[in-house]
Amino acid sequence: MLNIIKAGFFTTLQDQGRFLFRNMGVPVSGVMDTMAVSKINALLENDDNDAVLEITMTGPVLSFEEPTFIALGGAEMAVFLNDLPIRNYRVYQIKKGDVLSYGKLENGIRNYLGVKGGFTTEPILGSRSFYKPVTQHNSVKDHTSLPYGICKDFKPKITELKVDASIIEAKVLKVYKGPEFQQLHPNQLEQLFYTEFSVAKENNRMAYQVNETIEGHQVSMLTSATLPGTVQLTPAGKLIILMKDGQTTGGYPRILQLSDEAIAVLSQKKSGDHFAFKLI
Amino acid sequence: MSSHKISIRPFGVHAILVEWPVKIEEAILNEILEFVQYLKKYHLKESEWEFIPAYNSLTLICRDAEIDFGVLKPKLEEWYLAKKEPVLLEQYLWRLPVCYDAEYGGDLQEVSDHLGISTQEIIKLHSSAIYTVYGIGFLPGFTYLGGLPEALEIPRKPVPRAKVFKGSVGIAGKQTGIYPQDSPGGWNIIGICSVSMFDAKSKTPCFLKVGDKVQFYPISKAEYQLHKIESEVGIYKMEKLKWDA
Repeated sequence: MLNIIKAGFFTTLQDQGRFLFRNMGVPVSGVMDTMAVSKINALLENDDNDAVLEITMTGPVLSFEEPTFIALGGAEMAVFLNDLPIRNYRVYQIKKGDVLSYGKLENGIRNYLGVKGGFTTEPILGSRSFYKPVTQHNSVKDHTSLPYGICKDFKPKITELKVDASIIEAKVLKVYKGPEFQQLHPNQLEQLFYTEFSVAKENNRMAYQVNETIEGHQVSMLTSATLPGTVQLTPAGKLIILMKDGQTTGGYPRILQLSDEAIAVLSQKKSGDHFAFKLI
Repeated sequence: MSSHKISIRPFGVHAILVEWPVKIEEAILNEILEFVQYLKKYHLKESEWEFIPAYNSLTLICRDAEIDFGVLKPKLEEWYLAKKEPVLLEQYLWRLPVCYDAEYGGDLQEVSDHLGISTQEIIKLHSSAIYTVYGIGFLPGFTYLGGLPEALEIPRKPVPRAKVFKGSVGIAGKQTGIYPQDSPGGWNIIGICSVSMFDAKSKTPCFLKVGDKVQFYPISKAEYQLHKIESEVGIYKMEKLKWDA
Protein backbone atom coordinates (compact mmCIF):
# COMPACT_ATOMS: atom_id res chain seq x y z
CA MET A 1 0.00 0.00 0.00
CA LEU A 2 0.96 3.60 -0.63
CA ASN A 3 -0.13 5.68 2.34
CA ILE A 4 -1.35 9.17 1.59
CA ILE A 5 -0.10 11.16 4.57
CA LYS A 6 -1.01 14.45 2.91
CA ALA A 7 -2.88 14.45 -0.39
CA GLY A 8 -1.64 17.79 -1.76
CA PHE A 9 -3.76 20.23 -3.74
CA PHE A 10 -5.29 17.84 -6.25
CA THR A 11 -3.91 14.33 -6.59
CA THR A 12 -5.68 11.66 -8.62
CA LEU A 13 -5.08 8.17 -9.95
CA GLN A 14 -5.12 7.96 -13.75
CA ASP A 15 -4.51 5.41 -16.46
CA GLN A 16 -5.10 5.90 -20.19
CA GLY A 17 -8.81 6.44 -19.59
CA ARG A 18 -12.28 5.01 -19.77
CA PHE A 19 -13.40 4.00 -23.22
CA LEU A 20 -16.75 2.84 -24.64
CA PHE A 21 -18.97 4.79 -22.21
CA ARG A 22 -19.03 8.17 -23.92
CA ASN A 23 -22.42 7.30 -25.42
CA MET A 24 -23.69 7.47 -21.81
CA GLY A 25 -22.05 10.82 -21.22
CA VAL A 26 -19.01 9.45 -19.36
CA PRO A 27 -15.84 11.40 -20.23
CA VAL A 28 -12.77 9.45 -21.24
CA SER A 29 -10.60 10.81 -18.34
CA GLY A 30 -7.05 9.44 -18.05
CA VAL A 31 -3.65 11.13 -17.67
CA MET A 32 -3.46 14.70 -18.99
CA ASP A 33 0.23 14.61 -19.99
CA THR A 34 0.35 11.34 -21.93
CA MET A 35 3.88 12.09 -23.18
CA ALA A 36 5.31 12.20 -19.65
CA VAL A 37 3.45 9.10 -18.51
CA SER A 38 4.48 6.98 -21.50
CA LYS A 39 8.10 7.66 -20.57
CA ILE A 40 7.56 6.76 -16.91
CA ASN A 41 5.77 3.53 -17.73
CA ALA A 42 8.43 2.69 -20.31
CA LEU A 43 11.24 3.23 -17.76
CA LEU A 44 9.46 0.95 -15.27
CA GLU A 45 8.76 -1.50 -18.14
CA ASN A 46 5.08 -1.25 -17.29
CA ASP A 47 2.08 -1.53 -19.57
CA ASP A 48 1.27 1.87 -21.09
CA ASN A 49 -2.16 1.70 -19.41
CA ASP A 50 -0.78 1.12 -15.90
CA ALA A 51 -2.19 3.62 -13.41
CA VAL A 52 -0.02 6.45 -12.05
CA LEU A 53 -0.60 9.30 -9.59
CA GLU A 54 -1.28 12.64 -11.24
CA ILE A 55 -0.06 15.35 -8.89
CA THR A 56 -1.26 18.89 -9.53
CA MET A 57 0.47 22.07 -8.33
CA THR A 58 1.11 21.24 -4.63
CA GLY A 59 2.35 17.72 -4.12
CA PRO A 60 1.57 15.12 -1.47
CA VAL A 61 3.51 13.38 1.29
CA LEU A 62 3.49 9.61 0.79
CA SER A 63 4.90 6.55 2.51
CA PHE A 64 5.45 3.12 0.99
CA GLU A 65 4.50 -0.06 2.88
CA GLU A 66 6.16 -2.47 0.48
CA PRO A 67 9.32 -2.45 -1.61
CA THR A 68 8.93 -1.36 -5.21
CA PHE A 69 10.54 0.84 -7.86
CA ILE A 70 9.29 4.27 -8.84
CA ALA A 71 9.82 6.89 -11.51
CA LEU A 72 8.60 10.49 -11.71
CA GLY A 73 7.94 12.71 -14.71
CA GLY A 74 6.06 15.70 -16.07
CA ALA A 75 6.23 18.98 -14.15
CA GLU A 76 9.51 19.81 -12.45
CA MET A 77 8.94 19.87 -8.71
CA ALA A 78 11.29 19.55 -5.78
CA VAL A 79 10.76 15.94 -4.64
CA PHE A 80 12.50 14.22 -1.77
CA LEU A 81 12.90 10.53 -1.03
CA ASN A 82 13.63 10.36 2.71
CA ASP A 83 14.87 13.95 2.53
CA LEU A 84 17.24 13.37 -0.41
CA PRO A 85 16.27 15.16 -3.63
CA ILE A 86 15.32 12.95 -6.59
CA ARG A 87 14.65 13.85 -10.20
CA ASN A 88 12.30 13.11 -13.05
CA TYR A 89 12.65 10.21 -15.49
CA ARG A 90 14.93 8.06 -13.37
CA VAL A 91 14.16 4.73 -11.70
CA TYR A 92 14.55 4.64 -7.90
CA GLN A 93 14.36 1.63 -5.63
CA ILE A 94 11.93 1.95 -2.71
CA LYS A 95 12.24 0.14 0.61
CA LYS A 96 9.48 -0.50 3.12
CA GLY A 97 8.82 2.67 5.09
CA ASP A 98 10.36 5.09 2.59
CA VAL A 99 8.76 8.54 2.52
CA LEU A 100 8.31 10.64 -0.61
CA SER A 101 7.53 14.32 -0.11
CA TYR A 102 6.88 17.08 -2.59
CA GLY A 103 8.17 20.63 -2.31
CA LYS A 104 8.21 23.63 -4.58
CA LEU A 105 6.72 23.58 -8.06
CA GLU A 106 9.35 24.78 -10.51
CA ASN A 107 8.10 24.25 -14.02
CA GLY A 108 4.84 22.93 -15.43
CA ILE A 109 1.90 21.99 -13.18
CA ARG A 110 1.35 18.20 -13.28
CA ASN A 111 3.88 15.71 -11.98
CA TYR A 112 3.41 11.96 -12.26
CA LEU A 113 4.45 9.16 -9.93
CA GLY A 114 4.61 5.68 -11.41
CA VAL A 115 5.28 2.46 -9.49
CA LYS A 116 6.49 -0.84 -10.89
CA GLY A 117 3.37 -2.69 -12.14
CA GLY A 118 1.14 0.35 -11.60
CA PHE A 119 -1.41 0.98 -8.84
CA THR A 120 -3.84 -1.91 -8.55
CA THR A 121 -7.18 -0.46 -7.47
CA GLU A 122 -10.32 -2.12 -8.84
CA PRO A 123 -11.08 -0.73 -12.32
CA ILE A 124 -14.56 0.77 -12.69
CA LEU A 125 -16.10 0.72 -16.17
CA GLY A 126 -12.78 -0.50 -17.50
CA SER A 127 -10.51 2.14 -15.95
CA ARG A 128 -8.81 3.15 -12.70
CA SER A 129 -9.02 6.85 -13.53
CA PHE A 130 -10.70 8.97 -10.88
CA TYR A 131 -13.84 10.72 -12.07
CA LYS A 132 -16.79 11.41 -9.82
CA PRO A 133 -19.56 10.05 -10.01
CA VAL A 134 -18.01 6.98 -11.66
CA THR A 135 -15.49 6.69 -8.84
CA GLN A 136 -16.33 7.53 -5.25
CA HIS A 137 -13.95 10.48 -5.04
CA ASN A 138 -12.63 13.14 -7.37
CA SER A 139 -9.16 13.11 -5.82
CA VAL A 140 -7.22 11.13 -3.22
CA LYS A 141 -7.83 12.08 0.40
CA ASP A 142 -5.49 12.41 3.41
CA HIS A 143 -4.98 9.21 5.43
CA THR A 144 -6.15 6.86 2.70
CA SER A 145 -4.05 4.34 0.81
CA LEU A 146 -3.61 2.97 -2.69
CA PRO A 147 -2.59 -0.64 -3.43
CA TYR A 148 0.37 -1.74 -5.57
CA GLY A 149 2.27 -5.00 -6.02
CA ILE A 150 5.53 -5.80 -4.16
CA CYS A 151 8.67 -5.74 -6.30
CA LYS A 152 12.09 -6.47 -4.79
CA ASP A 153 14.09 -7.28 -7.89
CA PHE A 154 13.99 -5.25 -11.03
CA LYS A 155 16.91 -4.52 -13.28
CA PRO A 156 15.67 -1.76 -15.57
CA LYS A 157 17.06 -1.83 -19.11
CA ILE A 158 17.38 1.94 -18.88
CA THR A 159 17.68 3.65 -15.50
CA GLU A 160 17.41 7.23 -16.65
CA LEU A 161 16.02 9.17 -19.61
CA LYS A 162 17.34 12.53 -20.71
CA VAL A 163 14.23 14.54 -21.39
CA ASP A 164 14.43 17.96 -22.94
CA ALA A 165 12.80 20.34 -20.44
CA SER A 166 11.74 22.56 -23.33
CA ILE A 167 8.69 20.27 -23.82
CA ILE A 168 7.22 21.87 -20.71
CA GLU A 169 8.00 25.34 -22.00
CA ALA A 170 6.65 24.71 -25.52
CA LYS A 171 4.30 27.53 -26.51
CA VAL A 172 2.90 26.16 -29.75
CA LEU A 173 -0.19 23.97 -29.75
CA LYS A 174 -0.49 22.00 -32.97
CA VAL A 175 -4.12 21.80 -33.97
CA TYR A 176 -6.38 20.40 -36.67
CA LYS A 177 -9.34 22.27 -38.14
CA GLY A 178 -12.43 21.46 -36.08
CA PRO A 179 -15.78 20.44 -37.61
CA GLU A 180 -17.10 24.05 -37.58
CA PHE A 181 -13.79 25.65 -38.67
CA GLN A 182 -15.23 26.60 -42.07
CA GLN A 183 -17.75 28.90 -40.40
CA LEU A 184 -15.03 31.21 -39.07
CA HIS A 185 -14.60 34.46 -40.99
CA PRO A 186 -11.27 36.13 -41.88
CA ASN A 187 -11.18 38.38 -38.79
CA GLN A 188 -11.65 35.44 -36.46
CA LEU A 189 -9.05 33.39 -38.32
CA GLU A 190 -6.52 36.16 -38.03
CA GLN A 191 -7.21 36.59 -34.31
CA LEU A 192 -7.05 32.84 -33.77
CA PHE A 193 -3.64 32.34 -35.36
CA TYR A 194 -1.92 35.66 -34.63
CA THR A 195 -2.78 36.10 -30.96
CA GLU A 196 -0.61 34.95 -28.12
CA PHE A 197 -3.23 33.53 -25.77
CA SER A 198 -2.93 33.01 -22.03
CA VAL A 199 -4.48 30.42 -19.77
CA ALA A 200 -7.31 31.76 -17.57
CA LYS A 201 -7.53 30.89 -13.89
CA GLU A 202 -10.42 28.59 -14.83
CA ASN A 203 -8.30 25.63 -15.86
CA ASN A 204 -8.63 22.06 -14.68
CA ARG A 205 -9.03 18.49 -15.90
CA MET A 206 -12.41 19.35 -17.47
CA ALA A 207 -11.45 22.39 -19.49
CA TYR A 208 -8.96 25.20 -19.97
CA GLN A 209 -10.45 28.65 -20.48
CA VAL A 210 -8.52 31.41 -22.19
CA ASN A 211 -8.14 35.05 -21.06
CA GLU A 212 -8.21 36.66 -24.51
CA THR A 213 -11.38 36.57 -26.57
CA ILE A 214 -11.81 36.68 -30.33
CA GLU A 215 -14.75 38.07 -32.27
CA GLY A 216 -17.98 36.31 -31.30
CA HIS A 217 -20.60 34.74 -33.57
CA GLN A 218 -24.26 33.87 -33.92
CA VAL A 219 -23.80 30.37 -35.30
CA SER A 220 -26.29 28.05 -33.68
CA MET A 221 -25.89 24.32 -33.90
CA LEU A 222 -27.45 21.21 -32.49
CA THR A 223 -25.68 19.47 -29.62
CA SER A 224 -23.06 17.10 -30.96
CA ALA A 225 -20.07 15.09 -29.68
CA THR A 226 -16.94 16.75 -28.27
CA LEU A 227 -13.53 15.22 -27.55
CA PRO A 228 -10.57 15.96 -25.28
CA GLY A 229 -8.76 18.76 -27.09
CA THR A 230 -11.85 20.22 -28.76
CA VAL A 231 -11.70 24.04 -28.84
CA GLN A 232 -15.18 25.52 -28.53
CA LEU A 233 -16.05 29.13 -29.40
CA THR A 234 -18.86 30.70 -27.39
CA PRO A 235 -21.15 33.35 -28.95
CA ALA A 236 -19.28 35.99 -26.89
CA GLY A 237 -15.95 34.94 -28.44
CA LYS A 238 -14.58 32.98 -25.50
CA LEU A 239 -12.42 29.94 -26.21
CA ILE A 240 -12.98 26.81 -24.13
CA ILE A 241 -10.52 23.96 -24.61
CA LEU A 242 -12.00 20.69 -23.37
CA MET A 243 -9.60 18.36 -21.58
CA LYS A 244 -9.69 14.73 -20.40
CA ASP A 245 -12.64 15.05 -17.98
CA GLY A 246 -14.49 17.33 -20.41
CA GLN A 247 -18.14 16.82 -21.25
CA THR A 248 -18.84 14.42 -24.12
CA THR A 249 -21.27 16.66 -26.02
CA GLY A 250 -21.62 20.37 -26.54
CA GLY A 251 -23.57 22.99 -28.42
CA TYR A 252 -20.83 25.52 -29.25
CA PRO A 253 -18.98 25.47 -32.58
CA ARG A 254 -15.94 23.18 -32.45
CA ILE A 255 -13.46 25.35 -34.27
CA LEU A 256 -10.20 23.52 -33.58
CA GLN A 257 -9.06 20.12 -32.41
CA LEU A 258 -5.79 19.80 -30.48
CA SER A 259 -3.40 17.04 -31.46
CA ASP A 260 -2.55 14.49 -28.75
CA GLU A 261 0.80 16.19 -28.32
CA ALA A 262 -0.86 19.60 -27.91
CA ILE A 263 -3.15 18.24 -25.16
CA ALA A 264 -0.05 17.03 -23.31
CA VAL A 265 1.70 20.38 -23.81
CA LEU A 266 -1.33 22.37 -22.63
CA SER A 267 -1.76 20.12 -19.60
CA GLN A 268 1.52 21.48 -18.20
CA LYS A 269 0.29 25.10 -18.51
CA LYS A 270 -1.05 27.02 -15.53
CA SER A 271 -2.92 30.32 -15.12
CA GLY A 272 -1.17 33.10 -17.04
CA ASP A 273 1.04 30.83 -19.18
CA HIS A 274 1.15 31.73 -22.86
CA PHE A 275 0.50 29.68 -25.99
CA ALA A 276 -0.42 30.02 -29.65
CA PHE A 277 -2.27 27.78 -32.08
CA LYS A 278 -0.62 26.42 -35.21
CA LEU A 279 -2.48 24.46 -37.87
CA ILE A 280 -1.02 21.09 -38.80
CA MET B 1 -33.35 4.30 -44.95
CA SER B 2 -30.37 6.17 -46.44
CA SER B 3 -32.82 8.71 -47.75
CA HIS B 4 -31.00 11.83 -46.57
CA LYS B 5 -27.88 13.47 -47.82
CA ILE B 6 -25.01 13.14 -45.37
CA SER B 7 -21.76 15.05 -45.00
CA ILE B 8 -18.60 13.56 -43.56
CA ARG B 9 -15.84 15.59 -41.95
CA PRO B 10 -12.64 14.86 -40.05
CA PHE B 11 -12.62 15.56 -36.32
CA GLY B 12 -8.96 15.31 -35.31
CA VAL B 13 -7.24 12.01 -36.10
CA HIS B 14 -9.19 9.81 -33.70
CA ALA B 15 -12.72 10.73 -34.78
CA ILE B 16 -14.85 11.29 -37.83
CA LEU B 17 -18.13 13.19 -37.92
CA VAL B 18 -21.13 12.19 -40.03
CA GLU B 19 -23.90 14.78 -40.26
CA TRP B 20 -27.48 14.64 -41.49
CA PRO B 21 -29.60 17.70 -42.36
CA VAL B 22 -29.79 20.16 -39.44
CA LYS B 23 -33.23 19.22 -38.14
CA ILE B 24 -34.66 17.80 -34.94
CA GLU B 25 -36.61 14.91 -36.43
CA GLU B 26 -37.27 11.40 -35.26
CA ALA B 27 -36.92 10.07 -38.80
CA ILE B 28 -33.37 11.43 -38.99
CA LEU B 29 -32.50 10.17 -35.50
CA ASN B 30 -33.76 6.68 -36.33
CA GLU B 31 -31.84 6.66 -39.57
CA ILE B 32 -28.66 7.45 -37.61
CA LEU B 33 -29.42 4.69 -35.11
CA GLU B 34 -30.07 2.18 -37.90
CA PHE B 35 -26.77 3.15 -39.52
CA VAL B 36 -24.99 2.58 -36.16
CA GLN B 37 -26.48 -0.92 -35.92
CA TYR B 38 -25.42 -1.71 -39.47
CA LEU B 39 -21.87 -0.41 -38.90
CA LYS B 40 -21.52 -2.41 -35.68
CA LYS B 41 -22.82 -5.56 -37.36
CA TYR B 42 -20.70 -5.49 -40.48
CA HIS B 43 -17.85 -3.00 -40.43
CA LEU B 44 -16.67 -1.39 -37.19
CA LYS B 45 -15.84 -3.51 -34.13
CA GLU B 46 -17.58 -2.38 -30.94
CA SER B 47 -14.40 -3.04 -28.94
CA GLU B 48 -12.47 -0.52 -31.04
CA TRP B 49 -15.03 2.12 -31.95
CA GLU B 50 -17.30 4.41 -29.98
CA PHE B 51 -20.54 5.56 -31.58
CA ILE B 52 -21.91 8.88 -30.33
CA PRO B 53 -25.26 9.78 -31.88
CA ALA B 54 -26.83 13.16 -31.06
CA TYR B 55 -29.69 14.93 -32.88
CA ASN B 56 -28.47 15.06 -36.51
CA SER B 57 -24.93 13.75 -36.07
CA LEU B 58 -22.97 10.60 -35.49
CA THR B 59 -19.39 10.81 -34.22
CA LEU B 60 -17.25 7.72 -34.64
CA ILE B 61 -14.23 7.58 -32.34
CA CYS B 62 -11.44 5.08 -32.85
CA ARG B 63 -9.88 3.96 -29.59
CA ASP B 64 -6.30 3.29 -30.58
CA ALA B 65 -5.44 3.77 -34.21
CA GLU B 66 -5.39 7.03 -36.13
CA ILE B 67 -8.10 7.34 -38.75
CA ASP B 68 -7.10 7.70 -42.39
CA PHE B 69 -9.84 10.12 -43.41
CA GLY B 70 -9.18 9.69 -47.13
CA VAL B 71 -9.82 5.95 -46.79
CA LEU B 72 -12.69 5.94 -44.30
CA LYS B 73 -14.81 8.71 -45.84
CA PRO B 74 -15.57 6.94 -49.16
CA LYS B 75 -16.13 3.68 -47.28
CA LEU B 76 -18.70 5.32 -44.99
CA GLU B 77 -20.45 6.82 -48.01
CA GLU B 78 -20.55 3.42 -49.67
CA TRP B 79 -21.82 1.73 -46.49
CA TYR B 80 -24.47 4.39 -46.04
CA LEU B 81 -25.83 3.84 -49.54
CA ALA B 82 -25.48 0.05 -49.48
CA LYS B 83 -28.73 -1.86 -49.75
CA LYS B 84 -29.55 -3.12 -46.29
CA GLU B 85 -32.05 -5.49 -44.76
CA PRO B 86 -34.60 -3.70 -42.57
CA VAL B 87 -33.30 -3.07 -39.04
CA LEU B 88 -35.47 -3.37 -35.98
CA LEU B 89 -34.44 -0.79 -33.42
CA GLU B 90 -34.93 -1.96 -29.86
CA GLN B 91 -36.53 1.04 -28.23
CA TYR B 92 -38.48 1.47 -25.01
CA LEU B 93 -40.90 3.90 -23.48
CA TRP B 94 -39.89 4.59 -19.88
CA ARG B 95 -42.45 6.04 -17.47
CA LEU B 96 -40.65 8.10 -14.84
CA PRO B 97 -42.21 9.52 -11.66
CA VAL B 98 -41.77 13.24 -11.01
CA CYS B 99 -42.74 15.17 -7.91
CA TYR B 100 -43.74 18.66 -9.06
CA ASP B 101 -44.04 20.01 -5.52
CA ALA B 102 -42.82 23.60 -5.14
CA GLU B 103 -40.24 22.35 -2.63
CA TYR B 104 -38.35 20.60 -5.45
CA GLY B 105 -39.49 22.59 -8.47
CA GLY B 106 -37.73 25.78 -7.47
CA ASP B 107 -38.58 27.63 -10.69
CA LEU B 108 -42.17 26.40 -11.11
CA GLN B 109 -43.72 29.69 -10.02
CA GLU B 110 -41.29 31.74 -12.10
CA VAL B 111 -41.98 29.60 -15.18
CA SER B 112 -45.70 30.01 -14.55
CA ASP B 113 -45.37 33.80 -14.35
CA HIS B 114 -43.14 33.94 -17.44
CA LEU B 115 -45.37 31.72 -19.61
CA GLY B 116 -48.65 33.03 -18.23
CA ILE B 117 -50.07 29.60 -17.49
CA SER B 118 -50.90 28.05 -14.13
CA THR B 119 -48.53 25.64 -12.39
CA GLN B 120 -51.22 22.94 -12.69
CA GLU B 121 -51.29 23.49 -16.44
CA ILE B 122 -47.46 23.26 -16.60
CA ILE B 123 -47.53 19.95 -14.75
CA LYS B 124 -50.31 18.63 -16.99
CA LEU B 125 -48.50 19.64 -20.18
CA HIS B 126 -45.09 18.42 -19.04
CA SER B 127 -46.38 15.02 -17.97
CA SER B 128 -48.62 14.42 -20.97
CA ALA B 129 -45.97 14.61 -23.70
CA ILE B 130 -43.91 11.66 -24.88
CA TYR B 131 -40.27 12.72 -25.21
CA THR B 132 -37.50 11.33 -27.37
CA VAL B 133 -33.90 10.95 -26.16
CA TYR B 134 -31.94 12.90 -28.80
CA GLY B 135 -28.58 12.78 -27.08
CA ILE B 136 -26.73 11.92 -23.87
CA GLY B 137 -23.95 14.16 -22.60
CA PHE B 138 -23.08 17.17 -20.43
CA LEU B 139 -22.90 14.80 -17.43
CA PRO B 140 -22.91 10.99 -17.20
CA GLY B 141 -26.56 9.98 -17.74
CA PHE B 142 -27.84 13.45 -18.72
CA THR B 143 -30.37 12.97 -21.51
CA TYR B 144 -31.47 15.68 -23.92
CA LEU B 145 -35.21 15.05 -24.26
CA GLY B 146 -36.95 16.58 -27.27
CA GLY B 147 -40.69 16.96 -27.77
CA LEU B 148 -41.49 19.60 -25.16
CA PRO B 149 -44.95 21.12 -25.74
CA GLU B 150 -44.54 24.51 -27.41
CA ALA B 151 -46.43 26.25 -24.60
CA LEU B 152 -43.59 25.27 -22.22
CA GLU B 153 -40.71 26.69 -24.27
CA ILE B 154 -38.73 29.06 -22.09
CA PRO B 155 -35.14 30.36 -22.26
CA ARG B 156 -32.44 29.11 -19.93
CA LYS B 157 -32.11 31.02 -16.66
CA PRO B 158 -30.08 34.19 -17.20
CA VAL B 159 -27.76 33.21 -14.34
CA PRO B 160 -27.18 29.48 -13.89
CA ARG B 161 -27.60 27.97 -10.44
CA ALA B 162 -24.34 26.97 -8.73
CA LYS B 163 -26.03 23.82 -7.48
CA VAL B 164 -28.92 21.89 -8.96
CA PHE B 165 -29.84 18.80 -6.95
CA LYS B 166 -29.62 15.27 -8.30
CA GLY B 167 -32.91 14.21 -9.90
CA SER B 168 -34.06 17.78 -10.67
CA VAL B 169 -36.19 18.01 -13.79
CA GLY B 170 -35.52 21.07 -15.90
CA ILE B 171 -36.83 22.74 -19.04
CA ALA B 172 -34.95 25.04 -21.42
CA GLY B 173 -35.65 25.98 -25.03
CA LYS B 174 -37.34 23.04 -26.73
CA GLN B 175 -35.89 20.52 -24.29
CA THR B 176 -36.43 18.90 -20.95
CA GLY B 177 -34.04 16.73 -18.93
CA ILE B 178 -33.13 15.26 -15.55
CA TYR B 179 -29.94 16.22 -13.70
CA PRO B 180 -28.25 12.87 -12.91
CA GLN B 181 -26.15 14.30 -10.06
CA ASP B 182 -25.69 17.51 -8.09
CA SER B 183 -24.15 20.01 -10.50
CA PRO B 184 -24.29 23.61 -11.65
CA GLY B 185 -27.07 24.14 -14.19
CA GLY B 186 -29.00 26.76 -16.10
CA TRP B 187 -32.28 25.00 -16.83
CA ASN B 188 -35.55 26.01 -15.15
CA ILE B 189 -36.27 23.43 -12.44
CA ILE B 190 -39.91 22.34 -12.21
CA GLY B 191 -39.75 19.06 -10.27
CA ILE B 192 -37.68 16.11 -9.12
CA CYS B 193 -37.46 12.52 -10.33
CA SER B 194 -36.83 9.72 -7.84
CA VAL B 195 -35.16 7.38 -10.33
CA SER B 196 -31.36 7.40 -10.46
CA MET B 197 -30.26 8.24 -14.01
CA PHE B 198 -26.71 6.96 -13.71
CA ASP B 199 -25.21 4.13 -11.67
CA ALA B 200 -21.59 3.20 -12.34
CA LYS B 201 -22.08 -0.11 -10.48
CA SER B 202 -24.84 -1.28 -12.81
CA LYS B 203 -24.22 -3.40 -15.92
CA THR B 204 -26.00 -0.67 -17.86
CA PRO B 205 -24.90 2.49 -16.00
CA CYS B 206 -27.41 4.57 -17.97
CA PHE B 207 -30.64 2.74 -18.72
CA LEU B 208 -31.83 5.28 -21.29
CA LYS B 209 -30.44 5.07 -24.79
CA VAL B 210 -30.59 7.61 -27.58
CA GLY B 211 -33.86 6.94 -29.43
CA ASP B 212 -35.76 5.76 -26.32
CA LYS B 213 -38.97 7.50 -25.22
CA VAL B 214 -39.73 9.02 -21.85
CA GLN B 215 -43.01 10.01 -20.25
CA PHE B 216 -43.29 11.59 -16.82
CA TYR B 217 -46.13 11.04 -14.35
CA PRO B 218 -46.81 13.25 -11.35
CA ILE B 219 -46.37 11.84 -7.86
CA SER B 220 -46.86 13.30 -4.39
CA LYS B 221 -44.09 14.24 -1.99
CA ALA B 222 -44.73 11.09 0.06
CA GLU B 223 -44.56 8.89 -3.04
CA TYR B 224 -41.33 10.62 -4.06
CA GLN B 225 -39.74 9.87 -0.67
CA LEU B 226 -40.88 6.24 -0.88
CA HIS B 227 -39.65 5.74 -4.47
CA LYS B 228 -36.34 7.34 -3.59
CA ILE B 229 -35.75 4.87 -0.77
CA GLU B 230 -36.90 1.97 -2.99
CA SER B 231 -34.54 3.19 -5.68
CA GLU B 232 -31.61 3.46 -3.25
CA VAL B 233 -32.04 -0.08 -1.92
CA GLY B 234 -32.64 -1.38 -5.43
CA ILE B 235 -36.23 -2.60 -5.17
CA TYR B 236 -37.87 0.12 -7.23
CA LYS B 237 -39.54 -1.41 -10.30
CA MET B 238 -39.32 0.82 -13.33
CA GLU B 239 -42.16 1.03 -15.83
CA LYS B 240 -40.82 0.13 -19.24
CA LEU B 241 -42.78 -0.66 -22.41
CA LYS B 242 -41.51 -1.89 -25.75
CA TRP B 243 -41.81 0.91 -28.29
CA ASP B 244 -42.52 0.24 -31.94
CA ALA B 245 -41.28 3.12 -34.01
